Amino acid sequence: MSAKDRSKEGSMKAITANRLRDGEVVFLGEGGRWVESFAEAALFQRAEADGVLAEAKAKAEREQSGVDIYAFEVVEQNGIPVPATMRERIRTAGPTVRLDLGKQAA
Amino acid sequence: MNHIAPGARAGIYHYDEIDRQFVAERVEQFRRQVERRLSGELTEEEFKPVRLMNGLYLQLHAYMLRIAVPYGVMSATQLRKLAAIGRKYDRGYGHFTTRQNLQYNWIKLEDTPAILHELAEVDMHALQTSGNCVRNVTTDPFVGAAKDEVVDGRVYAEILRQWTTMHPEFTYLPRKFKIAISGAESDRAAVRIHDVGLLARRNDKGEAGFSFYVGGGLGRSPFVGKLVREWVAQEDFVAYLEAILRVYNQYGRRDNIYKARIKILVHELGLEKFTQEVEEEFARLRGPKYRLDPEIVEGVRQHFAPPPFEELPDHSEALERAKAADPAFANWLEVNVAEHKAPGYAIATISLKPAGGIPGDATCDQMDLVADLAERHSFGELRVTHVQNLVLAHVKKDELYDLWKRLDEAGLGSANAGLIGDIIACPGLDYCALANARAIPLAQAISARFADPIRQRTIGELGIKISGCINACGHHHVGAIGILGVDKKGTEYYQITVGGDPTLTTAIGDILGPAVTETEAVDAIEAIVDVYLANRTGEGERFVDTLKRVGHAPFKERIYAAD
Amino acid sequence: MPLIENGRIGEDAWSFIPDGEPVPNDRPVIISFERWQAERDGFEGRNAKLGVRLKSGTLAGAIAADLDRFALVAVEFAKFRDGRGFSTARELRERYGYTGEIRAVGHVIPDQYLYLVRTGFTSVEAPEGTNPESWANALTEVTIAFQPSLDDTAPLSLLRRKLKVG
Repeated sequence: MSAKDRSKEGSMKAITANRLRDGEVVFLGEGGRWVESFAEAALFQRAEADGVLAEAKAKAEREQSGVDIYAFEVVEQNGIPVPATMRERIRTAGPTVRLDLGKQAA
Repeated sequence: MNHIAPGARAGIYHYDEIDRQFVAERVEQFRRQVERRLSGELTEEEFKPVRLMNGLYLQLHAYMLRIAVPYGVMSATQLRKLAAIGRKYDRGYGHFTTRQNLQYNWIKLEDTPAILHELAEVDMHALQTSGNCVRNVTTDPFVGAAKDEVVDGRVYAEILRQWTTMHPEFTYLPRKFKIAISGAESDRAAVRIHDVGLLARRNDKGEAGFSFYVGGGLGRSPFVGKLVREWVAQEDFVAYLEAILRVYNQYGRRDNIYKARIKILVHELGLEKFTQEVEEEFARLRGPKYRLDPEIVEGVRQHFAPPPFEELPDHSEALERAKAADPAFANWLEVNVAEHKAPGYAIATISLKPAGGIPGDATCDQMDLVADLAERHSFGELRVTHVQNLVLAHVKKDELYDLWKRLDEAGLGSANAGLIGDIIACPGLDYCALANARAIPLAQAISARFADPIRQRTIGELGIKISGCINACGHHHVGAIGILGVDKKGTEYYQITVGGDPTLTTAIGDILGPAVTETEAVDAIEAIVDVYLANRTGEGERFVDTLKRVGHAPFKERIYAAD
Repeated sequence: MPLIENGRIGEDAWSFIPDGEPVPNDRPVIISFERWQAERDGFEGRNAKLGVRLKSGTLAGAIAADLDRFALVAVEFAKFRDGRGFSTARELRERYGYTGEIRAVGHVIPDQYLYLVRTGFTSVEAPEGTNPESWANALTEVTIAFQPSLDDTAPLSLLRRKLKVG
């Protein structure tokens, strides 16, 4: 199921981390891959998010891939899934005071 | 290592081979620690304090690296290196902090050993800029230049820098530990909001000594530092600090991160009991081993010998002419330039607060320019202030106009030091992993609203300080107007306090009323200013004085009238 | 668990006897401070060496009066971030003149080894599977100190000095 389809079912969660080597914000994508863009993030039902998160944490510690791993809430706005909080919106885009920097600049 | 000496002129502590070897060894050590982390030998939990002690944080978008600028003083060579690193490893800018340091926001862990190596080439490092250790000791940005100076704080700050570097006993304290020293009549270092604040004084024999204030700090529970000892002689300076730190390391709380600072220990034990513990420890420690030898003090003082000032008349014709011809310069002169102890010289504050700009940010090009100007006009040396500005401390009055023109062309000529546009703001939610709300956009909106330099002059001395969370890196508690960002169900709100004061008459501000939205906050600040202007007895009455006289009521009424 | 001494893995002659278990009389053992307090009379006339283990919150003063009874004091680190043990060791040495073995037990990491040695520890109980190389490096990778070391009784003539540990 694509991110878009799932988010229609109500409040969803995405899983995020910072990549160990360079600190880049990454999201858990389909198939357990870490992706840089929130648009490619996999979305999980609240009930399944805890299990996926625990698994991702264990895997990241084994592989030294990501740090500070957690799940955050995603809501739908104008038909598009967006992070529910300002903090996560800023992480997915970049500083609101420097639109030339971060993912939003790419 | 290719070593580039940071210029052998004013005000810089000169590393010798021992200092260089130490920093080089620490760089290598960190390189291996990074390798051990990447290989999985160190867990993130174990690596975190190690990277923090090398100034490396994980923030919202990337790693953040905080470079130590010991007591806020650096050379032009060092600033140029900071600019070069910002271009090569970051995004072309840096952020000057309230701890008189510089931080980069877009650093890669794997680049960090190389960055530290480059810093070491100019005798710089990032050691102890984070972690639960003694942090960079801060002092008066006008040190060595101010007319009201009694004791040179750099000498003792440098002694403490050395003393606390990799201190074997005090590197895993309950929480971070910040020390500030002021040796002038006016306190420009906010000493009483530090874990230990030192006022350096002289007795009637001319000997230096220190008043120790302990347990100041902002954050969740703000406290003003309490006087623990009125006079500690120079020779006991290190022993007394060692005693305080040992009491703190043994008795400070470790069960709750919010109660782990020394201010809570002083509060919970009570000043009398705390002082007694320190005095007992001090009585034992006092002795030859911990006695600060006057020769060490003299040796360190040599590094801070006055630069070769020319003998000049105090009056400058060139300055007077420029002042008469250029009102914008005259305004800057009035606001950003302070008196120097040497005739014919002046202290110039370079504002990093352009109207609508990001407080404390400087581009690498601006850093290069300031480095050039420091070389041309101030013996190759500059300072970072705790209000996130830069200072050229020894500028000939004859050259002030040239200096200002160059600064102004580069967007660094704002005439707002100490005025309403000179806002402190922490990085807030735009960068910081701890923040609850953004701080920078509000600072930008307020400084844009009050952009008119004449209006700012009319309002006079008024410090606005903004923090994006209760940790209070933006010093909001001691802002004449303080603003604290809070998160209410995913929306940013701002709580306004008034009456804070970071100087010797330190005061924590009072909350004026319920938190407001960002847009309301800008209007509320303007309303506060209007009420002040309507109530003050004359241009001489500062905002904080009017507030004391008329109380909160008129301000509250205006802001919350509609509720 | 591996014992680290002088930067190398060494032989551990000591064993810790948990509270409630019988204490052998024929070899060096470490008991808890709590047990010592409760059963001190039972150790009268003991010939084999005795050691005591202090929890991280137990400060040096608590054991000061009895130090001559112990050939070893083990100082526990509940978490490596909890640095009280550094002061405990220093107080044992400087304030109470203790000359026996001081051992770090609990959670410590190689990156702390130099700090441990410089505050008076003589040995460290390292976790199983630890990398011996990291402990060896920890004593030699930084050779400069800015404070006097424990055996340095001369006045503070210079802040910076070359270290002579390891």
